[in-house]
Amino acid sequence: MSAILQVRDLRKSFGGIVAVDGVSFSVAEGEILGIIGPNGSGKSTLFNCILGQLAPSGGEVHLDGRPVTGMRPCDLNRLGVSRTFQLLQIFPQLTVRENLILAGQEHQGTMLGRLVGPRDAGLGAAAERMIGFFRLEHLADEHAGDLSYGQQKLLDVAMAFMAGPRLALLDEPAGGVNLTMLASLRERLRAINAESRSTFVVIEHNMEFVMALCTRILVLAEGRVIAEGEPAAVRSDPKVIEAYLGHS
Amino acid sequence: MADILQLLVAGLATGGIYALVAVGFTLLWQTSQTINFAQGEFVMLPAFFVLIAMGYFGLPFWPAVAVGGAVSVVVLGLLFKKWMVDPMIRHGVLPLVIATIGLAILMKEMVREFYGADAWPFPALAATTDVAVLGAVFSVQSLIILAISLAVVAALQFFLNGTRTGRCMQATAQNPTVARLLGIRVDRMILYTFLINGALVWVASLLITPIYLAKFTNGEWLGLYAFIAAIIGGFNQVRGAIVGGLLLGVVDNFAAAYISSQYRTAIPLMILIVVILFRPQGLLGRVEERTV
Amino acid sequence: MKNRRLAAGIVLAAAGVFLLVAPWGLKPYGIFILSMWAVMTIAAIGLNLTLGYAGQISLAQAAFVGIGAYITAWLTTRGWPFWPTYIFGGVSCFAVGWVLGYPALRVQHHYLAFVTLAFNTLVFLIFRNEEWLTGGIYGISNVPRPGVLGLSLNSPLAFYYFCLAHLALVSAATWWLIRSPWGRAFVALRENPIRALSLGVDTRRYTLVAFALGAGLGGISGAIYAPLVQFVDPTPFALGLSLNLLLMVVLGGSGYFFGPFLGAIVAVLLPEWLRFTQGYYLMGYAVLVILLMAFSPTGLLGLADRLTRPARRRTAGAAGVAPAAAAEGEGVR
Repeated sequence: MSAILQVRDLRKSFGGIVAVDGVSFSVAEGEILGIIGPNGSGKSTLFNCILGQLAPSGGEVHLDGRPVTGMRPCDLNRLGVSRTFQLLQIFPQLTVRENLILAGQEHQGTMLGRLVGPRDAGLGAAAERMIGFFRLEHLADEHAGDLSYGQQKLLDVAMAFMAGPRLALLDEPAGGVNLTMLASLRERLRAINAESRSTFVVIEHNMEFVMALCTRILVLAEGRVIAEGEPAAVRSDPKVIEAYLGHS
Repeated sequence: MADILQLLVAGLATGGIYALVAVGFTLLWQTSQTINFAQGEFVMLPAFFVLIAMGYFGLPFWPAVAVGGAVSVVVLGLLFKKWMVDPMIRHGVLPLVIATIGLAILMKEMVREFYGADAWPFPALAATTDVAVLGAVFSVQSLIILAISLAVVAALQFFLNGTRTGRCMQATAQNPTVARLLGIRVDRMILYTFLINGALVWVASLLITPIYLAKFTNGEWLGLYAFIAAIIGGFNQVRGAIVGGLLLGVVDNFAAAYISSQYRTAIPLMILIVVILFRPQGLLGRVEERTV
Repeated sequence: MKNRRLAAGIVLAAAGVFLLVAPWGLKPYGIFILSMWAVMTIAAIGLNLTLGYAGQISLAQAAFVGIGAYITAWLTTRGWPFWPTYIFGGVSCFAVGWVLGYPALRVQHHYLAFVTLAFNTLVFLIFRNEEWLTGGIYGISNVPRPGVLGLSLNSPLAFYYFCLAHLALVSAATWWLIRSPWGRAFVALRENPIRALSLGVDTRRYTLVAFALGAGLGGISGAIYAPLVQFVDPTPFALGLSLNLLLMVVLGGSGYFFGPFLGAIVAVLLPEWLRFTQGYYLMGYAVLVILLMAFSPTGLLGLADRLTRPARRRTAGAAGVAPAAAAEGEGVR
């Protein structure tokens, strides 16, 4: 198994505040890596630096061995990297189906080709499949803004997978989702991982979710990696427990 | 040589005025994300406030000037902020920009309609005589303008760097969120920038109107020059606005002397386009952090 | 939802009928104004692409209209047939827009406003000063009206239908554009550029395309303007028209398909009907824009939309973002 993502000594400072302080890790293909840590430990900033949303102050990011540090998010996306955001970001004015088509259309052919091609950019069938996979059939033609929060979360995740990414970075996918949906979400993620051998990196606060979903865990505190390993080992690591000050 | 010196001094004089306007413009942008497209009209108006105070209320010149200043600070500073910027900033930058475009048109048309479309003479702050120095002839007017604008700029710099309030304002300009966390009263700081802008445009108006006469169309080119100066200097730096303004004044003056009068305004425009293409952060600006 | 569609359909149908029939009851000047409305709407539709769909302020639309007008005037007065000049004008303006926008958009999104401001002023200076090319302040006169399939379009009525046909053509093309995958990308660009980027939407490229297309449509509008007024001089193409077009788009509702139509009615037709108010008209226009920006940044159509919309279920996280106007400001794009 080769390393699909390599992060070396990544740093990010905002003026005098150091958010990410020399983080290094690699993710092997097919893995589901979880990143946990107390609030303010730099998890989302780390994501933003990896994904080109922010320009890192130092360090490197490599995708399949090629340097992609600071590349624009849209270019990274076209290399097969997708993401979700902590704060839900779907397009409420578009229907569920339209949201999904949008999520995949930039990977279909050329820009000019998309202008003269079909309205759905050839993604009608793929969108149907995704709708079926996430069990959103009854909502397919509803405006995304009319869905419940949990349903919007599912849509958000579905959008991240429309383009068949090799690497998906999910920022708190379980946030605000109710218990029944949670189990379904976890099961769907495992299914995609198994079917397509895609790699996930997941930031989460929900310990149960993370421990059950991930194959390996990384723990961040104050911008640094303080522990790494199998879920059970990390869970009982005294450094981790201390960082959380008693959180489970 | 004498000619060049004369042009330089005259250029620096008008440049000083542009600097004042550009500084106000930059401050507004830095602290409150306000792009004030009506900045030119803001410079056009105070002169009319003074003329009205003299004409309709019979005040002598200097009291009228004081009244003009008070009205500027209140209307163009306080009321502008409270009635236009505050209600609109929640909708984002775009609607506010468009609203200031509307405001510019409104102010222009109000002057044209209620005062008149002519160009009125405006009393100079000092006698329009010339003085000979080292073989070159300089107009006293230019020297006084230069002195006043530099004095105002220096005072502003002292205020921003040397006083606690000024430093708080700078902190607000750099990062309002952190400033709030540090206990700085951000809203008050923002109000101060608007009031300062009101004062800056008043001074600029007093300096430039004697030269170009009071006309309702003054705002058009004054605004344009303010934007160009601010951008050339570096949009996120007050120092940049000063440098940009002075540079622009000098370039403009030399262009008028050596290049056809028809294309005089083209030179600053071309400089603007070149700067945006090749050094968008301006001469002194920082490269903006990319977030997208 | 159905009722809104029906109401909108009826209004559109009535408007369509009016446009076809009204000129029969108008004097030549009235027909001329109606034709001018159609021409300005085309320019406004272009600007709507730039502002309403890509969220960029362009203050150069008047320059593009002028370029299109001068190209057509210059060529047709030298014997060229109309159709090639019209296409040439549109394509040239598209190209100029691309060249202008490419570097400006690499920087920060509010810089395009200043670049276009400078560009419009520069172009106006060239129009006014280069007598050998543009006739300077004397302009180009006797611009001929084109013929279609042998039929002359010299009469005001005939030329009006010509303008109307072009408006219909441009509208149809724009409608098709908005319904295509590009249209979806524009919506994404406008509503949430950060999310759009993460989905592979090249926001810079799409913004540039929208700007260049807007410029091209400005050129086409100019190409029809020239034979309409039959005399092209620099005066109409100063910054004032750019500002006017901008306000038109904003007033009607930026990002709404019919926004430009409505805005042009207010900007072109209303002043004619309210002739007596002259100076006060512009002030009222400006005040209206300011009020709209404070209370309904999405313009008149946005207001109508909000007032007639059935109460949507407000759900947590469903950010009902209004088009274009709710840009989160510096740093988000």
